Amino acid sequence: MSKDSVSSKQEFIPAQNQPAPNPLEGVDLAELELSLYRPRTLTSILLSSLVTCMTFLALIPLFAVLWMLIWRGGQKLSLSLFTQLPPAPLEQGGGFGNAVIGTLIMVGLAALITIPLGVLTGLFLAEAKESKLAETVRFAAKVLTGFPSILAGVFAYGAVVLATGGFSAVAGAIALSILMLPTIILTSESAIAMVPAKMKEAAIGMGATGAQTAWMVLLPTAMPGILTGIMLAVARAAGETAPLLFTALFSNYWLISSGRADLMQPTASLAVLIYNFSGMPFANQVELAWAAALVLVLIVLIFNLIGQSFSRPQIQQ
Amino acid sequence: MATVTRQDQVRAEVAAWNPAQIWQPPTRAQRWYDGAFRRLCFVFAGFTILLIVWLVAEIAFRAMPAFRQYGLAFLYGTTWDPNKAQYAILPEIWGTLYTSLLALIIGSAFGVAAAIFLSEGYLGEAVFKGLRAFNLHFHPIWGKLPDRLELLLKNLIELLAAVPSVVYGLWGIFVIIPMIRPAANWLHQEFGWIPFFSTTLSGPGILPAVFVLSIMILPTITAISRDALVAVPPKLRMAAYGLGATRWETILGVLLPTASRGIFGGIVLGFGRALGETMALAMLVGNANRLTVSLFSPANTLAALLANNFPEASPRDIPVLMYAALVLLAITLVVNIFGALVLERAAAKAEAK
Repeated sequence: MSKDSVSSKQEFIPAQNQPAPNPLEGVDLAELELSLYRPRTLTSILLSSLVTCMTFLALIPLFAVLWMLIWRGGQKLSLSLFTQLPPAPLEQGGGFGNAVIGTLIMVGLAALITIPLGVLTGLFLAEAKESKLAETVRFAAKVLTGFPSILAGVFAYGAVVLATGGFSAVAGAIALSILMLPTIILTSESAIAMVPAKMKEAAIGMGATGAQTAWMVLLPTAMPGILTGIMLAVARAAGETAPLLFTALFSNYWLISSGRADLMQPTASLAVLIYNFSGMPFANQVELAWAAALVLVLIVLIFNLIGQSFSRPQIQQ
Repeated sequence: MATVTRQDQVRAEVAAWNPAQIWQPPTRAQRWYDGAFRRLCFVFAGFTILLIVWLVAEIAFRAMPAFRQYGLAFLYGTTWDPNKAQYAILPEIWGTLYTSLLALIIGSAFGVAAAIFLSEGYLGEAVFKGLRAFNLHFHPIWGKLPDRLELLLKNLIELLAAVPSVVYGLWGIFVIIPMIRPAANWLHQEFGWIPFFSTTLSGPGILPAVFVLSIMILPTITAISRDALVAVPPKLRMAAYGLGATRWETILGVLLPTASRGIFGGIVLGFGRALGETMALAMLVGNANRLTVSLFSPANTLAALLANNFPEASPRDIPVLMYAALVLLAITLVVNIFGALVLERAAAKAEAK
């Protein structure tokens, strides 16, 4: 037994008198050189430049759009745009004050509906991670993320406009809230799931009930992340046109008449105003559409920036 | 002389506590509230599932009369004539798929390229090299520049998605269409025998719509592909470099195949977004009930059809439009569920490693 193992070990000891095999034998060392004359290196550099060019080409539309907005919209921009009503065809001047208010009211109403629903659903998902219901809800929310915005409008048309008998701000807000819901659910879930487990365990260890833990530990700690999600959802909803086209429709009048707001009547919004005016053959309306687009992009950007400013301290932790 | 420190304050507070008040089990009210709160969360979560069911049911229920009247012929007929009460949506289905596919080809080429550019850190590398030339690469302020610029570039690409689609539509009408019209008409004159160029571009048409649509889906594809590429374990990249592979041999041979599922999922979700996109198409595609492959011809899509006809729909038209909405819903739900499943599998595979 022992003799065998000794002899087998000896086989692996290289004979002293044989030269060691050259590990680089058969390798074309010149092929490894970093030189433009080598096809391998050349391909690599060419593809790198191609990818660089494509990335910057992809950014050109962004700057082109922003430039056009500032150039054509900025010319028209003035304070009176926010205090006047949309002009009739061939009329000069005018503004879109009612559309700014309409957009803000509908987005605000949609946020009021969605925030409690979305944040508490996110809390449920973060707490009941593995349960069957939680997985189904998570999947439903992911599918809703890609839900076409026009179908949210179709749904609100069927469920609210046809049921109440007319176009209204409420119908528009419900259509928008369907689009905001998945963003708020998914961002709140990930924000709450990131709260350190020891904080939650400490609260439970001190005898806090589930509801107390949620309100005093989980939600306050996750608040920056939740607010980011809410702001991103609001920014998206403010720019949406398709769900408002045939739920809130449009209106040439103020939403607030004789001191009270009537939410059950057709309501103007910036996005629908841009759509309507862009198709008109009148120069004044087209200029107003550009100015409205500038205002709309500014509103969307401000909400985006607020959202990102909430998320920044969290990254540094 | 005794200065009151924070510690003394806390000590005083603790001494003032009445143990009987704090160390007590939750009261009945607290327990009831806890149970109610839990049930509320449960109900809200269930509502999300209910919402999807309700969405489908509402649209399907309202579409029933039209479904009974027109049946499946609605899907393959080509006439849309409200005066004769003849409705069919094959041109719209074709237009939806055709514009989305073309936009997907452009959008995913540029989107994946941008994802590679971002995940490889080209910009940071170039800036770092530039700084090193001035010996500033470890400078407390300048040294942060590469990371800052990378983040800025990532945010700029995400900003493409933040611009509302109606603004892209406006831009398309007043900038893109006048810009590409001469080139399109030259192509038609010289190469009119190719089916893609068989008509002139007189105004709105498929090409400007596809162009804007591809810009709109690019950020989705880039964000998801970049996440997939960044999630590739670094040891694979290092092993490839260690074997002497060049950067692009590593990207094409190791990184892209490993991240392929994630990238594919991103492309499928981008396709879903293109199918459902409304405003850019309603403003740029021309709303002509035409079955065509020509890039310069006006056409129509399902979403644009809904956007144009719903606001002034007569009660007789509503079921027909609901039927069209149901078709769009079916197409997008299938694509989105498929994309979400692919991404879920990709994530599970990445975790298993």
